[in-house]
Parts: sequence; C-alpha cells; structure tokens
Amino acid sequence: MAAGIKDKVAILGMGCSRFGERWDCSADDLMVEAFTEALADAGIERDRIEAGWLGVFYQEQNVARSGLPLSMALRLPNVPVTRVENLCATGTEALRGAVYAVAAGAVDIALAFGVEKLKDTGFAGLPERTKGTFDDLWQPGFTPPGAFAQLGAAYAARHGLPMADVKRAMAHVSWKSHENAVLSPKAHLRNRITIDQALAAPMVAYPLGLYDCCGVSDGAACAIVTTPAIAAALGKRDMVTVKALALAPSNGVEMGHASWDGGYTLTSRIAAQRAYAEAGIADPAREIDLMEVHDCFSITELVLMEDLGFSAHGRAVHDVLDGRYDRSGAVPCQTDGGLKCFGHPVGASGLRMAYEIYTQLLGRAGERQLPSPSLGLTHNLGGIPNRNVASVSVLGLHRG
Amino acid sequence: MHDVGILQFGAYLPRLRLERSAIAEATSWASGLRGGKAQGSRSYCAWDEDSLTMAVEAARDCLVGRARDDIAALAFASTTHPFADRSNAGVVAEALDLVSTLRTSDCSGHQRAGVGALLDAVRAVRAGDGPALVVAADRRAARPGSEQESRFGHGAAAMLLGKGPDLAAEWVSDASLRADFVDHFRSAAAEHDYAYEERWIRDEGYLALMPRAISAALGSIAPAAVQHLVVQGPQRFAAAVAKASGIAAAAVTGDLHADCGDTGVAHPLLLLGSVLERARAGELIVVASFGQGCDAIVLRATGQAAIKGRGCAGALASGVSNREYVRFLSNGGEVEIDWGMRAERDNRTAQPAAWRRHRDVTAFVGGRCNKCDTVQFPLARACVNPACREFDTQTPEPLAEKSGRIKSFTEDWLAVTRSPPHVYGNVEIEGGGNVFIEFTDTRPGESSVGLPVRFVFRIKDFDRVRGFHRYFWKAVPVRN
Repeated sequence: MAAGIKDKVAILGMGCSRFGERWDCSADDLMVEAFTEALADAGIERDRIEAGWLGVFYQEQNVARSGLPLSMALRLPNVPVTRVENLCATGTEALRGAVYAVAAGAVDIALAFGVEKLKDTGFAGLPERTKGTFDDLWQPGFTPPGAFAQLGAAYAARHGLPMADVKRAMAHVSWKSHENAVLSPKAHLRNRITIDQALAAPMVAYPLGLYDCCGVSDGAACAIVTTPAIAAALGKRDMVTVKALALAPSNGVEMGHASWDGGYTLTSRIAAQRAYAEAGIADPAREIDLMEVHDCFSITELVLMEDLGFSAHGRAVHDVLDGRYDRSGAVPCQTDGGLKCFGHPVGASGLRMAYEIYTQLLGRAGERQLPSPSLGLTHNLGGIPNRNVASVSVLGLHRG
Repeated sequence: MHDVGILQFGAYLPRLRLERSAIAEATSWASGLRGGKAQGSRSYCAWDEDSLTMAVEAARDCLVGRARDDIAALAFASTTHPFADRSNAGVVAEALDLVSTLRTSDCSGHQRAGVGALLDAVRAVRAGDGPALVVAADRRAARPGSEQESRFGHGAAAMLLGKGPDLAAEWVSDASLRADFVDHFRSAAAEHDYAYEERWIRDEGYLALMPRAISAALGSIAPAAVQHLVVQGPQRFAAAVAKASGIAAAAVTGDLHADCGDTGVAHPLLLLGSVLERARAGELIVVASFGQGCDAIVLRATGQAAIKGRGCAGALASGVSNREYVRFLSNGGEVEIDWGMRAERDNRTAQPAAWRRHRDVTAFVGGRCNKCDTVQFPLARACVNPACREFDTQTPEPLAEKSGRIKSFTEDWLAVTRSPPHVYGNVEIEGGGNVFIEFTDTRPGESSVGLPVRFVFRIKDFDRVRGFHRYFWKAVPVRN
C-alpha cells in the first residue's frame, strides 16, 4: 500500500478572482486576476513554475481542448501544461495533477488552475452540454437542478421524512450560505435572504426552488504548490499542506443497479473514506474544523452531511436545522458562501474551495474568520447523482 | 368453413381529449360555429405522440397475452406516417421486437388504407402465411377553425389476422369498388385537407357507392340478417347507407364522435373493435370503408373474445377532458410556442450509434447477466452488479412489457419540453433493472416514490433542422 501524499506537498500561494457575472472579462482576464494574486502570495517569479494543470470544463477559449489557454494567457515560458476535465471535480483534478507532480519529485513548483467563463452564452443557466451519441438516445433531457432534485424525493422516502421538513432544512442550508457570503468580498451573491423567502421561491425543479440552486458565475482560482522544504526555504513559516486528495468516479451502479436507492451520493462516501484514510482521520466530525462541499443545490449539501460522515444516518435535517453547519456551529460549512453564493464557475470551483480553506487556515478570512482552524475539507460532486465524479481533499495547517 | 379471420384486437387513443366547446369558444368569432353544435370531446396527441407511437400502443394492446414470434407480416396503414421514405412499419416492428424475417408494409394514400390492409392480410393468411398484424393510425392535422378540427380525432387500432380455432370473428366475404370520387384530398406537400360539400358527398359518394359494395360483399346473405354495420363516416351518413342497403337502423354502430372523433384510417378498425366487444356468437358484422371507392367486409362473430387488453372501451375510458385549446394547437404544430434559446440545441442523431444499439433503444431491451442474474439497462460488456462485474455474460432481456416503480423523480420547469414541467426520474423495473427515464402523460403532483409505472413508446427528441425524430420508451403511472 502506497503511503499517499500526506504532507508531501505544501501550498506556496493561492489566488482567486472575484466571482460573478463578469460581463467585461474574458477567461484570460479572470486567469490573470487569480494568477497575479497567487504569484504575489507565493513570492516567486513566474518562471519558477515548471508545469501547469489547467481545469476547464465547458469553454474551449477559442483554442480547442488543450493546455494552450493557460500557457498563452499567462505567457508561461513554454512549460508543460496539461488540460484536465472531470465534470465539477475539474478544479480539484487540476490540483491533484500539480500536487502529484511535486510529490513525485518530477518538478519543484507546479501550478494548478481552474477557470470557467460561463456567462458568454447569452442565456441563463449553464451552457448547453455537448451532444453525445448513445446516451442521448435514451437518457432524459435533464437539467442539473432536475437531476439533483431527484435526491430530494429519494432522501425523504429513504428516511421516511415529510418533504416539508426536508424543504425547511434545505432553506436553512441556503440561508446560511447567503449569511456567509455577505462577509465574503469576492462572492457572487452577497445578499441576505430569509428562510421564508427560500421556502416561497418559485419552483425550478421539484422540490428545488430558486434559492435552492447555486449561481452560474464566471471565475478563476489557482494554487502554486511545492514541497514543504522548498516552501520553508522560500521563507514560509505557517504553511498549508495537502493531507489527502481522493477521487471516486461512478462505475454505473447508481445508474443501473437496485442497490442504490437514489437518496445519497455513493461516490462521495467512497472518496471520503479514502481521503480520511490517507489523511489519518478517524472521526471527521470531531477532527475537521471546516468544510467547503459541493452545494450545487441545497439538497446536495444536506445529503452530503451524511455521506461525508458529519451527520448520522437520517440526522442531516436535524443537524442542519440545529445550526451545526452554520458559521458559529460545530463544523462550519461554506464559510465563503459556497457554490450557492460564492458562485460556481465549474472548472474553478474545486480550487475556490481550497482557496477558502487555505485562507481560513492561515487566518486571513477577515470578518468571516473562524477561531484558529487547523484542518479543512473540500468536496466536489461532478455530474449528477446517477453518474458522477466525487473528489475529497483535506488540507491542514502546519505552524512554523 | 371460413377458417380465417380476426384473432385479436387492440386500440389506442391519446389520453388528451379536447372539449369541442373549447374549440368553438376559441374560434367561433371566425368560423361562426356556435357552442350548441360542439358536443363531446375529440382525442389529440400529446407532444410526443404521432401515428407511429399510437400504432405501437394499439399493437401492444392487441397482442396482450400472446407470444409474438409467429407473426409473419405487419402492415401499418395511415395517411400521416411520420416518414415518407423510411419504413414506418419497420419502426413499429422494431418497437414490438417482432422477428427479423417479418414482411412489413406501409399502406397509405387514402382513407381506405386500414381496411385495405385487412383485405391484403386476410388473403395472405388464407394463402398459407402465418398470422398478420394490421395496425392503422392517423394523426390528421386540421386548420384552426375548420370543420375538420372539431370532427377529427387521433387514434389507432390493431387487428391480428390468422386462422385456427381461436378466431373471434370469421371472415365471410368482402368486395371492393374503386371510384376517383374526390370528397376531400390532401396533396403530397400539404398539411391540411381540402374538403367539399357534405350533401354532395352523401348523395353521390356514400349512397351511390357504399350500398353497391355492401350488396356485392353480402352476396346471397340477406341484408336484414346483419346485426352490426360499421360505416366509415358521419353517423347520419351511416343511417342513410343502412336504409339504402336494407340493413336495420338498429344495426348501425355508433361513430364515437362524442368520445374521440373520426380517427381517419384507424376509424373503421376502431369501430369494428367496439363491435367485437359486444357481438355474440353467430352475429353478422358488415364493415364499409370509404375513400375513393368502398371496401365492404362481412364477418361473423364466434363469441370468442378478441380483446385481451384494454380494447376500444379501455381506450375510450383512458381519456381526460380538457379545454386547453392552445396546447392542442401547439401539440399539433399549428402554433409555435417560444420554448426559449435552450430549445435551439441541435439534435442530430448519430445514426451509426443508433443502429448499433437499435434493439436496446427502439424495443427497450436490456441485458440479463447469466452469472449473477442481474437485469440491467443498457446491456453492457461488463455486468453492473458490483458483486459480479463479469465481462460478456449478458443476454438480451426485453423490458418494455414489464412494470416499474419510481425510485426518484422531479418535475423540472427549466428543462426544455413541449409540455412543462419535464418529469423524469429513476425507475426500478419489476424483476430487476434500473433506468433513468423520462415520464409522460403525468400531471404535476402525480408522481411519488414507489408509485407503479409502465412503459410506453413515444417520441424522444425532434431534430428540427433535418426533420428527423427519435423514439424511445417513457414511464407513465399505472392507472386503472
């Protein structure tokens, strides 16, 4: 059994653009915005970067599916750039590539980038999916809210809960993220909402109302990673290291086997167990101080509290309503507003989550700063509950 | 001995029924039609139905309780086949998963096409062929405000013809007359019919031609011995034809105008089906179809049941009346609702992939692992059971006739559909198999986890750029 990557790689610097409807910005602009912040944070020259991983899901940025957009936007010195895409886990996949390269000793300093320019289509919602061949002949013409809404009916049935109770917990999830986003300067949606507003919102896909759905945003986020030794040599004292990076794609069970009842996300459970093993975490609910999970829809976050081991079976509704995941709760979740309010530029989201954990661990989170957290988790769920890629990362603080 | 005839019958009418008074209400300012004349309802297709999907459903109803592998021929009669050059009967046969050696034919061109297909089928059976399936379906369009808009209905009927002791009706005789009598026409490029004066059609068409054909078919049989007369046409014409033919007025079969309207090519078969539901052993039935001439058939009921499924009565009972005239126009393509930019998505079909998996998709056939017995859709090289995952162990497993149970669902108001909300979800199939599938004919609030569903054959997607569309199966709640 390989030892894994725990503490083999440190984050030297991170950057994140402001998220939102950035009508006046191209993907290049967003990348430069995030990169200049990360470079200043890392305190290195651009040419120290030896390799890059670019996560983009939807947009081709005019140069087809390649590493070129990153190399060209940042005018990198012709170092290798690999484009990765793994649905909504794309940003975390880019980080995994860069971290593994450093952990392998192939390079000293690597760049992980995620960017998405979603608001150039001229219509609301996500861009149109690329047409498939066989799947399109039979799979429903679904939307993301419709696909994730399935969790609502199935979760309620799985635990014998009235939908009204589940809806109230979902409203609390969204209310909490709006509260956090007010204190999050780079977030897309920084307004407060009330629980009643969320409950009374127009239905998008039953049982998901408007406030149960995350924003569609433009944005970019990046990380410059290296070894702890090089980070120390570059003068870093407090340092955030990677404790675990786990990925679990579906193999078809959810889509085609009776063992899945539709009321949980199977791959999140698998990825979480792998990440906890790699990071040496025995009891995540006690050991992890904060988390950024894939709250593409409120029901997803609700269900994930059980899938990631923070709430007991069937207890997520109770725990959420009890404030356990509020900023003042036992395990704050989405302190920056999450996908819900910070925004969800698909390829950037995994790195945006890491950016918030990094910011909180280093005590730089301003008004929303938690009292001295030391271990944080990020989670992505790319795809739909039926068929997806889950990623879980754990980042920890090492005081120098 | 009349040893050939009708073995089984099936029918299908769309669930949607528009109250004619709603048509009158919307169009009387233009047509002068008043609500008083607008009685009953007419059937009309959901956005995802056409004559081909209705034909499949009628055929399934016809074949309930019976194996399909001995069927030797399939004829699909319609004046509204969705494809002008692609075997429509071939798609129906594929959906029914009939044998690959089947003879298929599309019958079209006039309103007698359905009865004409019966005449051809009975001759083939008499000549020694295996059972022949005839399906007739029409989804005729009508100009808004026209008389046809109120009179027409959409529907389908299917008959299995064969020989042997199980006949529900023996084929006694038939006769045909051809006459290029243009009561109405629709040119090849036109969407709508052009029709002429009713009184002329009655006198010079029906009364001049139909009694001659009926008399020729009856031969030495006395007209007074006929207990049931089916006339393709309005009820008042039928009464006049009965009188002119010497058939008792009481023998005239109701034309279902109040219930569903005139379903075109399917209608004489549908009416015959309604007769078969009640005809007693030995009773004589005459069917007279009309369209540039007349075909007349004489049948004798055996007293054995032709209806193993829902039949005509079931199809009639399946309807839900509504007054949504604009929905009716939209479903028929008479108005183009703005479905938004998302509806512009290109839907070109990857034909090589569609052909490679044609049985999976068109017949809804999955796989059964011969190692762990897990049923799955779609059939794959490796078994989906996490405890098995063996390669190349699956044999085809037909799923279309199985029932299911909703595992999860949504009613999606964002997704592109011509009937919002778009309802879809995960369904667990009886006996194994799970499928993420669209629902249809489902009202908001009707779905729930655990609700039993069955599968129906529907249009999956339109490719408006190329005028193509694809079919697949959808879930509908099981209703009594």
